[in-house]
Amino acid sequence: MEFFKLTPLEFEALRLSLWISGWAVLASLGPGILVAWVLARKQFPGKALVDGLVHLPLVVPPVVTGYILLLLMGKRGLIGGWLFEMTGITFAFNWKGAALASAVMAFPLLVRAVRLSIEAVDQGLEQAAKTLGAGPVDLFFTVTLPLIFPGILTGIILAFARSLSEFGATITFVSNIPGETRTLPLALFSLTQMPDGEAGAMRLCIISIIVALIALTTSEILAKRMERRIKGEV
Amino acid sequence: MLDIHLKKDYGNFTVETDFTSEGHGVTALFGHSGSGKTSIINMIAGLVQPDQGRIVIDDRCVFDRARGINLKPEKRRFGYVFQDGRLFPHLSIRSNLIYGMRRVKPGDRYIQFDQVVDLLGIEPLLERHPATLSGGEKQRVAIGRSLLTSPELLLMDEPLASLDAARKKEVLPFIGRLSSELSVPILYVSHSMDEILNLADTLVFLSQGKTMAVDSLETVTSRPDFQQIAGPMESGVVLSTLVQGHDSERGLTRMEFPGGVLKVPIMGAAVGQKVRIRIHPRDVAVALKRPCQTSFQNIFPATVTDVMKARNGNDLVNVNLNMSSPTGSETGSPAESPAYSSIVSTITRNALRKLDLRPGMKVFAMVKAVSICSGNTWDGNSWEKS
Repeated sequence: MEFFKLTPLEFEALRLSLWISGWAVLASLGPGILVAWVLARKQFPGKALVDGLVHLPLVVPPVVTGYILLLLMGKRGLIGGWLFEMTGITFAFNWKGAALASAVMAFPLLVRAVRLSIEAVDQGLEQAAKTLGAGPVDLFFTVTLPLIFPGILTGIILAFARSLSEFGATITFVSNIPGETRTLPLALFSLTQMPDGEAGAMRLCIISIIVALIALTTSEILAKRMERRIKGEV
Repeated sequence: MLDIHLKKDYGNFTVETDFTSEGHGVTALFGHSGSGKTSIINMIAGLVQPDQGRIVIDDRCVFDRARGINLKPEKRRFGYVFQDGRLFPHLSIRSNLIYGMRRVKPGDRYIQFDQVVDLLGIEPLLERHPATLSGGEKQRVAIGRSLLTSPELLLMDEPLASLDAARKKEVLPFIGRLSSELSVPILYVSHSMDEILNLADTLVFLSQGKTMAVDSLETVTSRPDFQQIAGPMESGVVLSTLVQGHDSERGLTRMEFPGGVLKVPIMGAAVGQKVRIRIHPRDVAVALKRPCQTSFQNIFPATVTDVMKARNGNDLVNVNLNMSSPTGSETGSPAESPAYSSIVSTITRNALRKLDLRPGMKVFAMVKAVSICSGNTWDGNSWEKS
């Protein structure tokens, strides 16, 4: 049993991972639903480019994403420098940066899940809502949103799981700072580099798998239950 | 007052319609599938934008291309009952019903919740979810949901098409009562004459995107071009009749129409009730002399008005006839129509040649009693009121 006792450092990494992933999902949820809706419903010039940009983090090496973030959002970066001057907020080498990196990496998964569920919504129901006097915003919140809830839930869990496993972009963008940006995967990596880190690495490895499994099964159960409720079978 | 002028080009298909209708009662848009009925109703609802035209309901213009008016669907205040119901699956029946009602200013509501629930008999369904309802129940709820927006016009797009015959009979009486009891003007899309026979006051007859005729059912269905286009199932001529009496001994009901009295197999309608019936051209025969000793129950003197080729088949012709009763119609006729009724008979080309029928000839029209379909004879009270 002694084996499963987490050291304070390992515990810190787990706590940080959950915290960062939580924020990453929370912050990207609104924009994610908006982008998914635009991609699902609107036709505009340059749509393929926007679609490509959203999916880019899925296909380029995470280190590239991290490096681009560093260039754009670092303290002297294109956007980051301006932001720091205006508000004093910076993403450089702190947990907010780690959350931003996680959010960017998880964004495509969130958008995909939500977009698929929006495309599956019967637009006839939205037309019906219009003839019943609902304007565009009204009908989105009273018809579309409740119907895509299972898709949003799936997106959230996928994005959360992806954030937990984020490594390359994070270490490139915000480095590996204990207590600030050293999440589970980074801590695991650090432990493997240490002479007597095997036991710790194994513990973190098991924790990672357990957390991921819990997330996936919960989402599956919740999504099924939600779907049944929406279809009025409960 | 309904004033509709619309044109929309779909590339290989153009929908063009012009009609005005008296704004009360039921106006039926009738035509084959693909005749543009649903396009027209979608344009009126604002779900599809016409290329040209205008839509005016009771001096309220909701669309006018020339003046740049185009109200959004949610501002038009038209109810829309879709063919497939389209109830919100995530809401209870009660929430579905009040969805539109809540979005109407209390001052604009002229139809009340309890009134609609009573009329449609949906009280037991209120706490249930759409997934647990039968097709007929869903359609009744969909009708109720549209009604509760207190619409200035109710659009119905084949609301019975997805239902089987028994469910149709369940829903149809309610529709008849909407226009009479709640005085909601209804625009009703259908491809089935049986549905609209005792429902519609005005018929807009569409074919291939064009409006062929706008008039009463009796007038439109007796047009030669209607006979040609409507096809064998729907081409019966509509007669407006008044139930004169039942003869239970002989199993006959006597129905008076402008032009004579029809004897039909006994039916449930009450004496004095107005009933529209449909007479199929294939069930009408023509004779040059009054036949005797025949099984035909209904023989009327008639005048040939027109002879033309029938739709399907080069060997059939339609003979249009005017039936006039020998005594004239001295009693109060059901409608303000002339003292004769038009009827059509489909005969073979060979028969035409043998009888040598020409417009103006005096003949006898024979109608088989058993073939007369009375459309929907629900308890009837509803029809009397309209």
